[in-house]
Amino acid sequence: MNPGDPHHALFENLTQFTYLVATALFIFSLKWLSSPKTARRGVAAGVLAMTAAIVGTLLHEEIRRAVGEYGFFDAFKWIGIAIIAGTIVGIPLAMVPLTAVPQRTALSHAFGGLAAGLVGTAKYILWYHEGELTSFRTGAIVIECILGFLTFTGSLMAAGKLQEWIPTRPITYKNQNLYNLLLLAIAIAVGVLIIFKPNLWWLFPIVVILSLTFGVLLIIPIGGADMPTVISLLNSYAGLSAVAMGFVLENKLLITAGALDGSSGFILSVIMCRAMNRSFTNVLFGAFGQVAVKKEATGEQKAVKSTNSEEVAQILESANNVVVVPGYGMAVAQAQHAVAELASVLGKKGVNVKFAIHPVAGRMPGHMNVLLAEANVSYDSLYDLSINSEMDQCDVGLVIGANDVVNPAARHDKSSPIYGMPIIDIDKAKTVIICKRSMNPGFAGIENELFVKDNSLMLFGDAKQSIAAVVNALKGGGMH
Amino acid sequence: MKLDLWSMLFVFMLSTFIGFELIKGVSRLLHTPLMSLTNAISAIAVVGSIIIAGEQKSTATTILGTIAVFASMTNIISGFLLTDRMLKMFKKREPGK
Repeated sequence: MNPGDPHHALFENLTQFTYLVATALFIFSLKWLSSPKTARRGVAAGVLAMTAAIVGTLLHEEIRRAVGEYGFFDAFKWIGIAIIAGTIVGIPLAMVPLTAVPQRTALSHAFGGLAAGLVGTAKYILWYHEGELTSFRTGAIVIECILGFLTFTGSLMAAGKLQEWIPTRPITYKNQNLYNLLLLAIAIAVGVLIIFKPNLWWLFPIVVILSLTFGVLLIIPIGGADMPTVISLLNSYAGLSAVAMGFVLENKLLITAGALDGSSGFILSVIMCRAMNRSFTNVLFGAFGQVAVKKEATGEQKAVKSTNSEEVAQILESANNVVVVPGYGMAVAQAQHAVAELASVLGKKGVNVKFAIHPVAGRMPGHMNVLLAEANVSYDSLYDLSINSEMDQCDVGLVIGANDVVNPAARHDKSSPIYGMPIIDIDKAKTVIICKRSMNPGFAGIENELFVKDNSLMLFGDAKQSIAAVVNALKGGGMH
Repeated sequence: MKLDLWSMLFVFMLSTFIGFELIKGVSRLLHTPLMSLTNAISAIAVVGSIIIAGEQKSTATTILGTIAVFASMTNIISGFLLTDRMLKMFKKREPGK
């Protein structure tokens, strides 16, 4: 406490009051996200909450003491520079194309983890020099730094994989999980040691380096198809590192906001795991893409029937109900606008078009929904797995760049790595058209029996060009 | 204002439960905007970063704090802007179609 500060109690109460308001607004912010109608109000509440939190923090006793000591300008010099620089970098990051949102999100988790790790390190340095390191404080700092730094490098790796700067295939080697767990165990053991001996300062950089290394090694074996789960999990870690920072700084706002973020990431990863019928451990240590390698080509290869855009146009035009299943391939080909136009043209011809979106389609939760929303597809035509109950009335199923999420093997083939995963039963449609670049298997590297079924037709080519050709055929076809 | 471990754990537990209930209510359509919004919310780390960068107790910690404010601020700006940009795109069919 600063004895020379007559307004100490007033400012302290003001800070706590703004924190209280911020917490309430954060809760409303998430609550309003329950429906697209109120969702934008949720963003406004979030902005207000963050503003309140920053204003409240600027009234904090440490900041006021710095103002008294160095003068107004010098006290806010570094904060101001950082805020301006952050804004300059933040604006372009908000303008990325929507197909790049997964890597932007991963990058954002990295920044979140970095901030937590750096604040934890700074607190350790300060308290070490002031001789105020208690076991409790050191423990909270160690948790904050382990979570923060592993989120930092892990998220950078994830962003690199999503941006395809790093090979997206899982990279595995012998006893990988053993080494990884051993490394984490050492980091935790060193962390525990430093809790009991807070003044053994040289242990601290060891914890930091081990956490940074662990973050990299954790993501190396993870393939693109598991990214939705991993991104959600990293989201959770970023939130939890903010919680740990709250314990270090004894700040309730950090704990509440961090916990909201942590629980959000956790729930999303549970939803993603369930949608793949896999466990957390399996996602983190399973190296999905590897399973398929041992599957040799079995006996006779059934021939696929390929088709062309005119034929597809005719089939679609004569249908009553069409279900479109988009996948990551649609995002890669940037085909969402062509697909939306197809749906709109068909709609005008009286065909009922619905979209079936698997929870793990794409590279992050809700990825397909955002892409289709961007292309002006109305959100009431977007369905999840619940569409399976009406699939028998579907005349044509159109699969665009999706693979594993429509593989019927998941229902019956116990030897398949995706057995038990809930899929979209598009094979129950009377005709299935699969728009695909080539016969290459999907990310899981599994043969898809859907492609060789009697009612399946393959439309080979780039999704954007193929669908645009179908739209042209529909428009120019002149049939009404 | 000093907090003890137990009140902090209470706050943590209660807000985690509130978080679970809130997130379960979020529309599946909006999971990507949800994630970019929570990105911005977890940038609440800016609070701790500002204190470190502002109190300027040593050169090293001021540098660490300044980088942390920068990282958090990037998330705040891009998180809120991106969320709003995406949410604007979610439209219902115009009546009469």
